[in-house]
Amino acid sequence: MIIFQSIQAALRALTANKMRSSLTILGIVIGVAAVVALMALGNGATASITSSIEGIGSNLIYVMAGDMQGGISGDASSGVVTLKDYNILKSNLSNINGFAPLYQAAFTINQEKESYRKSVTGSTEDFLEVRAYTIASGRNITASDRRSENKVAILGFQTAEDLFAGLNPLGRKFKINGISFSVIGVLEEKGSSGFDNADDLILVPLETGYTKLFGSASMQNGDRVLSNIYMTADSADSVDSIIEQSKFLLRKSHQLAANEDADFSVISQDMFLSTLSGVTTTLTIFLGAIAGISLLVGGIGIMNIMLVSVTERTREIGLRKAVGARKNQILLQFLVETITLTVLGGIIGILFGIGIAWLSTTLNLITAQVTLNSIIMSFSFAVAIGVFFGIYPAYRAASLHPMEALRYE
Amino acid sequence: MLTVENITKEFVMGENIIHALDGVSFTIQEGEMIAIMGPSGSGKSTLMSILGCLDVPTKGKYILDGEAVEKLNDNQLADIRNRKIGFVFQQFNLLARTSAYDNVMLPLTYASNGKNKREIVRNALDKVGLGDRMGHTPSELSGGQQQRVAIARALVNNPAILMADEPTGALDSKTGIELMTLFQELHRNEGQTVILVTHDPFIANHTNRIIKIIDGKIASDEINPVPVVAGTLRPEGAD
Repeated sequence: MIIFQSIQAALRALTANKMRSSLTILGIVIGVAAVVALMALGNGATASITSSIEGIGSNLIYVMAGDMQGGISGDASSGVVTLKDYNILKSNLSNINGFAPLYQAAFTINQEKESYRKSVTGSTEDFLEVRAYTIASGRNITASDRRSENKVAILGFQTAEDLFAGLNPLGRKFKINGISFSVIGVLEEKGSSGFDNADDLILVPLETGYTKLFGSASMQNGDRVLSNIYMTADSADSVDSIIEQSKFLLRKSHQLAANEDADFSVISQDMFLSTLSGVTTTLTIFLGAIAGISLLVGGIGIMNIMLVSVTERTREIGLRKAVGARKNQILLQFLVETITLTVLGGIIGILFGIGIAWLSTTLNLITAQVTLNSIIMSFSFAVAIGVFFGIYPAYRAASLHPMEALRYE
Repeated sequence: MLTVENITKEFVMGENIIHALDGVSFTIQEGEMIAIMGPSGSGKSTLMSILGCLDVPTKGKYILDGEAVEKLNDNQLADIRNRKIGFVFQQFNLLARTSAYDNVMLPLTYASNGKNKREIVRNALDKVGLGDRMGHTPSELSGGQQQRVAIARALVNNPAILMADEPTGALDSKTGIELMTLFQELHRNEGQTVILVTHDPFIANHTNRIIKIIDGKIASDEINPVPVVAGTLRPEGAD
């Protein structure tokens, strides 16, 4: 009953000064809206990065040169992954659905008078399956293409558009580094999936690449160098043991001593994901914390106004005490006023935050995800600020001596 | 009804102790209408805040309506004020932007029992002749009407003592006399105990007993055998 009366009295006092009340809660509104919106944008960005990595293919394992675990800046150039490594892995590992060794380099591409600079990938017939790319028309490269070092190529959707501008590319020729290749297949349009863009692909048989294109850069100590080896595990459960076995086999093949750092990395897609989502989560928390500071500033603003209000209403407080209000009732009245302000600001702020998130999604900037967590968190933070910054002014009001308060000019 | 015995109130100001009240004793019977007079600084305001339970004496006894109140804590004093004392102030002290009805309701919101609150508020406003102005806010009322709302607020808890601090001080003499009429009616018709604190002898003459305070002591405590009936006499110098 007393609480109900206090809320009533608080609302009356707040509506009596609408302009001031709305300016006061502006700080809280902005703070809460910022927390909700920034967290939503952060979560949305995380989700989109995660889904684009997952789009690369499931249970994917990468083998690459250089020690990623020891930091990207580690001696990446000192080690290489070679075709010999690939053959060792292929003949020793089990529980693997597909292997794809590849070598990538950039070349000048000519088609009639047009000239482009594009990345060319040399790989095997397994590449498309491992990366989950689908052929729209034409055929895949075959083992015999590789054996005969045929000058054939498979094009990504966008590459085919660029080179042949709507003509059927199958059977047509174009030049890579001045050497003529004929198109045997075109991929379905896949859309950008983060790192490797399937639509920009130019795929040639690995052996053709080594002899006709990649040259001496792809040769080291009489062995063919690879950019990556892709492997797909048959299930998520076997990923970890495949990584361990691969490391063991590669250490042996690279003749590394037990205490030597690896000059290669074996990384699963999950490890990529967790590293990246760790970064984006930190970013989201960071954004939220900055927004939280503006909430704090809003709280200080409210305390300031409440102190002014207590001074202004000294005589009212004196009168309330004279007609029988207890100290606690005055305390409660002013505390409820502050909390009402912050709760109101919190609700409006949440609506604004959701609005900003919706706007960003609708305008295709970032697909924002408003989480219940961020709403509950910012709302309770706002209420806590109301209590924290409301206590002191309320205590000041409650401690006034009734006679002195009544005489206050 | 109300007895103070050898009451002392000391204030510390820097290194000096000021004796605002110094051994004051008197008794007020139920149904009396008295005036406490004194120049400013005489201690009459201090006496009023002690009689009104807004403050406690440093020494001495105070028995109000059978209860010893000199040793009560803040909350107990608040309850006593709520149940037994109705205040009227020089500056009315009404809540702005709040209707007469809600202003009069205020003491009842702090009261523990609350039946028929609406009726009680209406009766109190009828008693002061403002039954038809319940929805008006202070800014829509004249000074005299505002003070009547304040009196209704003081009466709404059916207090043992109606205590008025310079109630006519902010009003012109004609309105002041109208208010004195109201106080006398409440005293005569309802048997309301009234204590007026004033420095104005003309106002004090409307009561049955006048206590004069000078320098924190009672200078005189006399029965006023023939109180002025409000409205029959004009203050000196008035038109």
